[in-house]
Amino acid sequence: MATKKRKRKELFALGNEAVVEGALLAGCSFFAGYPITPSTEIAEVMSQRLPFVHDGVFIQMEDEIASMGAIIGASLAGRKTMTATSGPGFSLMQENLGYACMTEVPLVLVNVMRGGPSTGMPTSPAQGDVQQARWGCHGDHPIIVLSACNVQECLEMTIVAFNFAEKYRTPVILLLDEITAHTREKISLPFPDELEILARVAPAMPPEWYISYEETMRGVPPLPPLGSGYRFHVTGLTHDKNGFPTSKPDEVKALMYRQFRKIDQFFYDIQLVDEVQCEDAEIVVVAYGCVARSAELAVHMARERGVKAGFLKLKTLFPFPKSALQPLARQCRTIIVPEMNMGQLSREVKRVNNGLAQVQTINRIDGQIITPSEIFKSIMQA
Amino acid sequence: MAQVTELIHNYLRHNKKFPHVYCAGCGHGIVLGSLIRSVHGLGYSKDDIVLVAGIGCSGRMAVYVDFNTVHTTHGRALTFATGIKMANPKLKVIVVMGDGDAMAIGGNHLIHAARRNIGLTALVLNNNIYGMTGGQSSPTSPEGTVSATAPFGQLERSFDIVDMAITSGASYVARGTVMHVPMLDGLISDALEKPGFNLVEILTPCHTQYGRKNKFKTVVDMYTWYKTNTMKRELYAQKSPEEQQKLTPIGVFRDEGWPGLETRYAQLRTKLQEQESCQSSAN
Repeated sequence: MATKKRKRKELFALGNEAVVEGALLAGCSFFAGYPITPSTEIAEVMSQRLPFVHDGVFIQMEDEIASMGAIIGASLAGRKTMTATSGPGFSLMQENLGYACMTEVPLVLVNVMRGGPSTGMPTSPAQGDVQQARWGCHGDHPIIVLSACNVQECLEMTIVAFNFAEKYRTPVILLLDEITAHTREKISLPFPDELEILARVAPAMPPEWYISYEETMRGVPPLPPLGSGYRFHVTGLTHDKNGFPTSKPDEVKALMYRQFRKIDQFFYDIQLVDEVQCEDAEIVVVAYGCVARSAELAVHMARERGVKAGFLKLKTLFPFPKSALQPLARQCRTIIVPEMNMGQLSREVKRVNNGLAQVQTINRIDGQIITPSEIFKSIMQA
Repeated sequence: MAQVTELIHNYLRHNKKFPHVYCAGCGHGIVLGSLIRSVHGLGYSKDDIVLVAGIGCSGRMAVYVDFNTVHTTHGRALTFATGIKMANPKLKVIVVMGDGDAMAIGGNHLIHAARRNIGLTALVLNNNIYGMTGGQSSPTSPEGTVSATAPFGQLERSFDIVDMAITSGASYVARGTVMHVPMLDGLISDALEKPGFNLVEILTPCHTQYGRKNKFKTVVDMYTWYKTNTMKRELYAQKSPEEQQKLTPIGVFRDEGWPGLETRYAQLRTKLQEQESCQSSAN
């Protein structure tokens, strides 16, 4: 039987617009946000699109604190939810982000990084929020941080972010930067049936048997929507398996260890990287976000000159993809980490490298992208 | 008494270890009782009610009742509740906050929840003090009162919660006290049935942290003060300005019945989707 080849719909879209396309494909039906450059287009396009989605809701809140609160509430009510912001707003979101970590509420937070600290450079790119994404909210907590380097990837990684959030019942941060968010490129929209879209696990037991934070094999307790007959308590206090506040060491330990375990034990599922010409590489460039595009070009330029260079693109930033990096660190002579901060992810690279290869960094915090020639120069000198 | 026992069994959580955190003489339990009687009287299902609470003594109320309960971050209860109500307008969302919660750290959220007229019932338990943290001044501590952070008397003026809610655009605004319980039952029941943003300020004593430092020798003195220093709004209006200064009016201050944002958003969505389907069928 001859099958008719389907043609994917193509768009000429901004990175921010691609995030919205990805979110809608992933089943997002609730967005709360507050305008901030350079993430604003996400909110604007959401406000146009969501009223046409079944039960879709867009709401502009009074600040970023409120945006986070609203998406946590909506997620508890059963929705797939998202917000988008940039540096200053990301700082304001940390309090409720910590709440979402503690209460294990699935949601996606897009942070389009701009120059900082403080108001910094609202229209210039940076990668200065990498460690804040990992450790921004107080207290020890596991979290998933993803990134994207081009417009197609903005769409794909947004879908991945929603899937991880639902699968692991955790907030997921998607770190973009001003360049990626404001680049306009051709993208192709996948057909819905090409995608694997995950939803949170609903309880299989009747309400009277439901234990809201029960220990399970996967470490991920089922989460019913509010109002579905499963009455449970949600609190930011440390809680026992029934969700009620506790400060008994054994109960607190069980809660916190389970939260870490649910991410740690699925590390290989969460760790997403792309390797380019790494098989025989003596010099490996490790990059993410907009800098990854410069890095890839620089590696090709070096290969043309006969230098055995390779490129490792990190799509998952945290949990840090250590098992992708470690074999390369054993194999290569030098690792080069270009990033638009003073070395936030190179700390992780150095930690995992643990003295195996020589680690060089290229850092820029002047609002300008690291160019392919800068990275090429470092490769040739290494 | 039999009815009280029945309500306790029906609406309080058996698997939560009592006793509760409230001090002797605290008014919060009276508010909780009033809320339960209102919910019971209106015949709501426990599954349809979401009780969202902030942080502080009032926030702990969420643990004890057998509804869907969300104990949020300090001052942010209204933002969580806004998300819940917009996501599922069928739910009856009740927000319990203290005066510090609602007027200090969450002041902005209160103003905007009232402005956008989101369909919630906000109960602000005003005891004029931060009780749980040990008795510091709150935005509703009256001028001149003594607290852990105003040991020489409060210099700042205090907020009037009812005025603030009215100015911000709330659809229904009332004030009651824990000394006028049948009236409070009525106000909460009334608020629960109204569309839009409803706010009931409830004056409730904190003898442990506020009363003892401000010349209320016993708990009874505090309750007596609420009895003698509050007055129904209609009677209050007839008093002279000098007398009014010493009194706090109670009752319903605004009742407009404006539809909530969630209803208006759903109407907009339906309209847009109908237009879209008309256009696509015309094509």
